[in-house]
Order: sequence, then C-alpha cells, then structure tokens
Amino acid sequence: MPKNLQLLLAYGFFIIIGVACVSSLQAQTKAATQRLVLTGSSTIAPLVGEIARRFESLHPGVRIDVQTGGSARGIHDVRKGIAAIGMVSRALKPDEVDLHAFVIAQDGVSIIVHADNPVRTLSREQIAGIYTGRIMRWNVVGGADARITVVNKAEGRSTLELFSEYLQLKNSEIKPHIIIGDNAQGIKTVLGNPHAIGYVSIGAVEFEVQRGAPIRLLSLDGVDASAENVRQGIFPLSRPLSLVTSSELHGWAQQFIEFARSSQVHDLVRAQYFVPINTN
Amino acid sequence: MILSERNILFRLILIDKLLIGILRIGAMLAALVMLLILFFLAHESWPVLSKLSIARFINDASWHPLEGAYNLMPMLSGTVLTSVGALLLTIPLSLASALFIVFYAPLHLATFYKRLIELLSGIPSVVFGFWGLTTLVPLINQWNPPGASLLAAILVLTMMILPTITLTAYTALAAVPEELLRNAAALGLSRWGMIRGVALPAAKTGIVAGIILAAARALGETMAVLMVAGNVVQYPETLFDPVRTLAANIALEAAYAMGGHRAVLFVSGLLLMLLVMVLSGMAGLLKKQRYA
Repeated sequence: MPKNLQLLLAYGFFIIIGVACVSSLQAQTKAATQRLVLTGSSTIAPLVGEIARRFESLHPGVRIDVQTGGSARGIHDVRKGIAAIGMVSRALKPDEVDLHAFVIAQDGVSIIVHADNPVRTLSREQIAGIYTGRIMRWNVVGGADARITVVNKAEGRSTLELFSEYLQLKNSEIKPHIIIGDNAQGIKTVLGNPHAIGYVSIGAVEFEVQRGAPIRLLSLDGVDASAENVRQGIFPLSRPLSLVTSSELHGWAQQFIEFARSSQVHDLVRAQYFVPINTN
Repeated sequence: MILSERNILFRLILIDKLLIGILRIGAMLAALVMLLILFFLAHESWPVLSKLSIARFINDASWHPLEGAYNLMPMLSGTVLTSVGALLLTIPLSLASALFIVFYAPLHLATFYKRLIELLSGIPSVVFGFWGLTTLVPLINQWNPPGASLLAAILVLTMMILPTITLTAYTALAAVPEELLRNAAALGLSRWGMIRGVALPAAKTGIVAGIILAAARALGETMAVLMVAGNVVQYPETLFDPVRTLAANIALEAAYAMGGHRAVLFVSGLLLMLLVMVLSGMAGLLKKQRYA
C-alpha cells in the first residue's frame, strides 16, 4: 500500500511544520517580554505611537505600550513608577524639576489669512479682539472694509489649547463663525474665504505655502512665523513636546528616547505637522 | 405519517430545520449587534449620566465640555434642521425624477437618466463635502458670509439623499401592477390622473420607506456636513448661520477627548441613536394607521 504510505508521510510532514511554527512563535513571545509603557499627553501620543512602531520593527524584542491621559497623567505616572516614560506637551513647571525632560519636537501654531488680505501683522490685543468678537471688521485693523470670518478649532484640540493659552482666553469667550477639525480643513476654509482668519500648525501651513497655496502667515510679537523660529523656541505661539523620566536613564527607555530624538524619526515628526529638533 | 430515515421527506425536513436554524442565528446576530451598540453607548456615557442630571444637557448655558457646560439642544436642533431642510428639498425633486423615469421619459433616455442617478448614489460623502467646502461655501460666502452655514449643509445633504429617494421611489412605482395602470387608462383617465389616482397611492409604502431611509442617512451623515456646516454650536437664526450636528460633534471632538469629555460625546451619540429610533417608530406608526 504505497498510497497509504505517501499519505502518512504527507501528514507527518505537515505535523512537523506545524510544531516548528508553534515553537518558533513561542520563542518569539518569550523574547518579547520586554515591555515599555508610556503615558501622557494626547498631543504627543500619535507621534510617539508612530515612533514606537518603527522602534519595535528595529528591535523585535521590545513591546511599547502608548496610553493617553493628558500631560498631568504622564507626570503622575512617571513619579509613581507606573510608566517608564511620560509624555508632556508643555515646558516643565518649577515644582517638576525632579523629572528629566527630553524634547523630541516643537509644536508651533501660526495665524493665517488669505494672500489677498493686506494685513501683515496683528498685535496680541488685536487677535484677542477679533476672536472675542470686539473687532468685527477688517478695516479696524488696517484691512479691507469687510466682515471678519473667525475660524476656530474644535474643543480638545491641542492647537486650540496652545492658542487660547497664548491669548489667555477661555474657549467659551471665543466667538467663532466657523469651527474646524484638522489643519487641512482650516487651510481649505481660509483659501475659500478672503476675509477669514484662522490658526493651524506651522508645519501644515509651510507645506501648503511651498505648494503655492495663496495663504499668508502673520508674524506675532515681531517674530516671523516659521519652522526655524519655532525650532529655536523664539516664536511665541510654540511649545516643546517632551518625554520625561524620573530617574537616570538605562536600558530600553534610554535607547527609545535617543531614537525619538534622532534624525531617523524626523519624517514621522513632520508627518504630524510638528517641527523636528536639531540633532548634532 | 411516521417519520423514519426511510421516509423520503425525512431529508427535506432535516434540511429545512437546518436552514431555519441558520436563519435564526443570522437574525439573532443582527439584532444582537444593535443591542450591543446600544449597550456600549449607554455603558460609555454612564460616567456622565450617573453624575449629571438630564436637565444639564438641556439647560446649560452652552456646549463647552472642558469648562463643564454640556448643552446638547443646539446640536439637536442643528441635526433636525439640516435633515428636515434637505428632505423638504429632496422629496419633490426625487418624486419628479422617479415619475419622469417611469412614466414620461422615452426608454433609452430613462435608462440613461437612471444610470446617472445610480452613479450619483455611489459618490462617497467626502467627495460631496470637499466639493461643498471648495465651491459651494465660497459661493455662499460672497452672497452672505461666512458661507459655511445651515444652507450649505442642506444643499450638500440634498444631493446625497436625492438618489436614495429617487431610486426607491422608482422601484416602488415600477412595481405597480400593469393591470391597475391599464384599467385606469381604459377608464379614460389622463396620464396625470392615473399617476395621482392610481400609481402614487399604490406605491406609497415603498416611497415612504425610501424617505425614511434617506432621513436616517441625513441624520447620521458626518463628514460632508462637518466640512460645510461651520460647526458653531448655536441655534441658527437664518439659513446663513453656521450650525453643528450631533454626528459632526462626535467626529470633531472625539479624537482628542478624554475622561468626562469623551463620555459626553457618547451621550451625544446616544441622543442621535434615540432620534433615529423615534424616526423608525414614526414609520411604524404610519404603517399601522394605513392598515387601520
């Protein structure tokens, strides 16, 4: 019965392959017991998630778990030792000097108007006036005789948080005419309305302006809105995005932070419309 | 009759039983998904519902969830107004199109026209939204700023639900038995008399079903409305005021919402679900009235 024998051989072959697969899987999971937990700011989490994915593909033995909950949670978890690394989307406060902060990117927001709008610069008071509805027409601030269309971001967005902090306004004090979600929608809205004023991430605007979109970035407090000025930290509407740790760095945490600060992740940083830091 | 394995009916009955079992499981799964969604929405919004009284969602000064103000009513009105406005515009247009295809157009033109409407129904909503944002909104802005408005949302929604109502109305009208129409013609009714007196009443159920389907789509439409409606939380005073719908609210804020803010967004999801339930309840009521 050679036919039966063939079948038997075939079955045996499959079983051996199956066992080999299972055991190699087991070996993989055993090696992947190294786990790194990051918690904190929902602004940074998407970027860190991308960086983590790339890090994991370079180091198959590590699993990185990224959780959100706000900058405050990041600091709390690092102090309690729940997370190895916290994500904080602001400069550290004086009572947080026990932590070490490593800046991985800068977040900058710029005010944009249509290129046909003659207004070149606005003071902080003028912007606050426009956004609270005290200034309703462009001719008050040196523009055309037209009604201003105020474009604001949806509640919870990090750009809104940064912007309202800069103007020292609560979101309930802002009187918008249009509320947008992401940066692209904001740019499209200003493109379609010559009398609109809005604010979006600097990275997103520079990309569109390079492609010839008729948008003007307004300078703030005499500083030009550019990624370079954000990188140097002199643009007023910007903030550092950092990873914080409580103790001296070692092991995978150190490797991950070094990786997140290296030029290997600059494309990921730009994809989230943040400004990468200078690497030496 | 005694059933045994020898009986030729035995296998047929077995297959029947198997089929019924499969159908029952399928139906149960569909119902279960619905119930699970409801349960999930209720579960996720529970942290807020248990802490706040329902009155807060009606009486709060505004919608600023990060500052503890949770008034959902302006968004409810925005949702209802955009959908009702779109339906008011769409129903006459769709009925006219369907009647045109079935009763007035020459055959080749009718086929071509129907294909065109079918194509319209296949266009993704983001495309409508993008067109609205880059073309419609600037146009309205020239007329009456800011452009992103209740009107823009109504117009975009109209284009999106037009094919739904047209195609269901067409199907319902085409299904009216030929004898009825011939009898009407034999009685000497004019074409319009036949349509009004015979075809439309006979096709009413199908047409109403299509309208309810379209209304549900209009209530839940998110991306296209989000791009053109302006999304300011307020009661609109004119057609040119921006509004925010419940679905757009979830899409706008969910990505960055945490804790209580997130839970309130689930409450707005729950409210949207209730709205659709009321709609289907009304449809059921209409049906009952007809048979009564």
